[in-house]
Amino acid sequence: MDLELLSRVQFGLTIAFHYIFPPLSIGLGLILVIMEGMYMKTGDRLYHNMTRFWVKIFGLIFALGVASGIVMEFQFGTNWATYSRFVGDVFGSALAAEGVFAFFLESGFLAILLFGWDKVKPRTHFISTILVAFGAHFSAIWIVVANSWQQTPAGHHIVGVGDAARAEIVDFWQVVFSPSFLDRISHVYMGAWQAGAFFVLSVSAFYILRKKHLDFARASIKIAIPVALVASLLQLATGHSSAETLVETQPAKLAAFEGHYAVSAPAGMYLFGWVNEEDEKTIGLQIPGLLSFMIGLDADTPVTGLKAFPSEDRPPVNLVFQSYHIMVGIGMILILLALFNAYGWWRKWLFEKRWYLKILIIAVLLPQLANQLGWFSAEVGRQPWIVYGLLRTSDALSVSVGSGQVITSLILFSLIYLLLFALFIYLLNEKIQHGPEIEAAIQEGHMA
Amino acid sequence: MNFTLDLNTVWFGLVGVLFTGYAILDGFDLGIGALHLFTKSDTDRRVMINAIGPVWDGNEVWLVTGGGALFAAFPEVYATSFSGFYMAMMLLLFGLIFRAVAIDFRSKQPMRWWRQFWDVSFSVSSIVSSLLIGVALGNIAWGIPLNEEFEFVGSFWGLLHPYALLVGVTTVALFMMHGAIYAVMKTDGDLQARVRGWVNNTIIIFVICYVMTTLVTLIYVPHMTANLKAFPVLFIIPILNALAIANIPREIHHEREFRAFLSSCASMAALLALFGIGMYPNMILSRPMVDYSLTIYNAASSAKTLNIMLIIALLGMPLVIAYTISIYWIFRGKVKLDASSY
Ligand code: HDD
Ligand code: HEM
Ligand code: HEM
Repeated sequence: MDLELLSRVQFGLTIAFHYIFPPLSIGLGLILVIMEGMYMKTGDRLYHNMTRFWVKIFGLIFALGVASGIVMEFQFGTNWATYSRFVGDVFGSALAAEGVFAFFLESGFLAILLFGWDKVKPRTHFISTILVAFGAHFSAIWIVVANSWQQTPAGHHIVGVGDAARAEIVDFWQVVFSPSFLDRISHVYMGAWQAGAFFVLSVSAFYILRKKHLDFARASIKIAIPVALVASLLQLATGHSSAETLVETQPAKLAAFEGHYAVSAPAGMYLFGWVNEEDEKTIGLQIPGLLSFMIGLDADTPVTGLKAFPSEDRPPVNLVFQSYHIMVGIGMILILLALFNAYGWWRKWLFEKRWYLKILIIAVLLPQLANQLGWFSAEVGRQPWIVYGLLRTSDALSVSVGSGQVITSLILFSLIYLLLFALFIYLLNEKIQHGPEIEAAIQEGHMA
Repeated sequence: MNFTLDLNTVWFGLVGVLFTGYAILDGFDLGIGALHLFTKSDTDRRVMINAIGPVWDGNEVWLVTGGGALFAAFPEVYATSFSGFYMAMMLLLFGLIFRAVAIDFRSKQPMRWWRQFWDVSFSVSSIVSSLLIGVALGNIAWGIPLNEEFEFVGSFWGLLHPYALLVGVTTVALFMMHGAIYAVMKTDGDLQARVRGWVNNTIIIFVICYVMTTLVTLIYVPHMTANLKAFPVLFIIPILNALAIANIPREIHHEREFRAFLSSCASMAALLALFGIGMYPNMILSRPMVDYSLTIYNAASSAKTLNIMLIIALLGMPLVIAYTISIYWIFRGKVKLDASSY
């Protein structure tokens, strides 16, 4: 099989697996800070027990994030050597900064978070929680800096020609604040907060449905509701702003998101649809003029379409159309759910409606799905470029690696990740089934 | 050898410091892993794992950061070595994945088969990871076939030649010795008495491996000692190294574990310094076509990037060192299993 496809599948698979965990670490990190902060403020043991329970779950998630993260850092070099040579000067430093500033902070203070309950004062523990959450947010910054630069390169110049060409840094701050960075990082953060909040909502709704740990579950939900609401509303705003930036920076991607072909014409927005790439036509339910309106505040603003690009410069249109639309659809559903939660809490029926609790239990999957599809849209929508406009994905591979080697590693990754995922779900389920009383059981020495 | 203290040399040194930090810190984690199956009872195994419990992840970050720094400062080296050693890198990754989850998962379920499985995973993955790290160092010292585009043109099996394997085994022995000394520091009572016995055995094995590697290097890899001969003052390093190693059994005998541990750290630092001096100014030696070697000049990023990175390092490393020290301080002393232990 062809080396390019194999390497892309492997990268996609490994990053998609990795990206199950960071949003939870980031979102849950924030919620832990609020919980432990409540404990510091009120001294109520309930908050202390809550923090201890969620910290255990956090530890499990974090461990898988670490195990899968190290793969990502190596893979630029192993599978994308030409790309690494091309971008090393510009964004190698972002990866190094991530290690120096973020990972050391996270991993160091995580030790206190997990094992330091009896070793440090409560206040020191609380500070460690803040630092871990801060570190998780900080690590996202640097990796998103690197990714945003490859989406919308800035602050560099090209040195050398042909195979020896590479990007060199000219202005550090322009590289960091490349045109899509602020949109992207805020969108990623909100997606992570949604993931964390809906995770807490799901587990707590499960307890309420089972009539277990009721105080614990109610108090957890109370913290998750505002986080879910704020994040879901802001997600719409940051997503909207990302789309607007695309007009300037990656018009081919935006056109693919909406299946918009005409070279330059007013464009609408589809609620759902299907792109026929051969006939270059899109069918579906459309709100005419909405994309134009969004861009120019006028339904007649012309939008550049796919036909303005030679076919070798277009991404796979239907694929990104679908993934983008499902992401946006999920975004809308999450806003509804978040509003419903707040309303139900206010009217005090939230814990009585069993059907709604059931919805909340499965809703944990929605932010996860949207996060995956979001990256899929952004990354596949950038194709055929690996560094937009500068380096093609097909030119970015490792010359010295053969497809047999990648097949081997791909099969092994698939098997190992399947195993790890199954174990993760199994252990997570165990922890949830045991519930917060797990503390008491441990003290008696039943479980470790 | 021409020696100038320019930016490239500084970064050669800094990348070296990061990897030395990794070897010293994660070295004892890997060593404990390699020795894991020698402990028998469940409690003993938990004590051993919890000896590194709070710190192993932070230790691994030295590798992550070292890799990032290599990517940023010497992208050619990062690209050539990581793609050239493809299968070895993948095996190393699988090793590190299994080690991470084994530590975390092992004690989460009481079933015998469960714990057995993760015990074996922990041990095997630690041994394989250490071996691969050593094999990579051995290859870099020996030289690997590169073409004029600095692309690796050899094969995976070609990397497993006797010299590389010898360095690999030496590395495993070194980490085992280091891990055993660390374990003496973190355990007490019965377990400590047994671990103390391992220290002597591992020292003997390591010294045998080390002497063999040194002899083979002197005979077959003379370029690794050329710099040393050009600057005889540098012979102080191997001498200090020998003294540090000789000091370990003495300190252990007098029950001064911490000092023994410091000696072991010092000897690791000296070994890596010798490696760095031997390589300088090359980063990856090309064999047989020496002209295609990657050096700190033809493999480096622009001066601008190296400067930016220097600022990042100067801002970040003091912080890193400060909290590394505080974490080790908070978790000092013998391991006591409690509710939050692994
Ligand atoms: C939006 C956030 C985000 C994104 C896009 C990525 N990561 Fe990640 N990564 C994290 C957020 C994160 C985190 C929150 O900091 C982690 C995950 C879970 C965790 O516990 O730490 C982490 C862990 C983690 C680790 C382990 C650190 C340790 O040992 O403590 C490495 C080496 C990487 N990541 C590297 C990468 C690379 C090379 C990526 C890109 C291809 C990447 N991550 C995407
Ligand atoms: C964690 C979030 C991310 C997800 C879920 C994600 C997803 C993907 C997917 C699905 C692909 C395959 C695309 C295809 O085959 O068409 C891909 C490719 C790639 N991505 Fe990402 N990505 C993420 C973050 C990043 C970051 C932060 C970087 C760089 C700093 C990056 C760099 C790349 C590279 C180099 C490729 C391979 C070439 C390619 O196929 O485009 N990605 N990613
Ligand atoms: C509410 C409606 C939403 C809109 C209008 C929207 C819009 C967008 C756009 C335009 C992009 C591509 C940005 C680019 O390539 O430069 C994107 C990417 C992304 N989306 Fe959304 N999105 C929405 C909801 C969501 C939700 C609910 C989540 C997750 C919970 C999510 C997660 C992501 C992620 C992780 C990415 C990739 C990172 C990035 O490029 O920012 N999105 N979104």
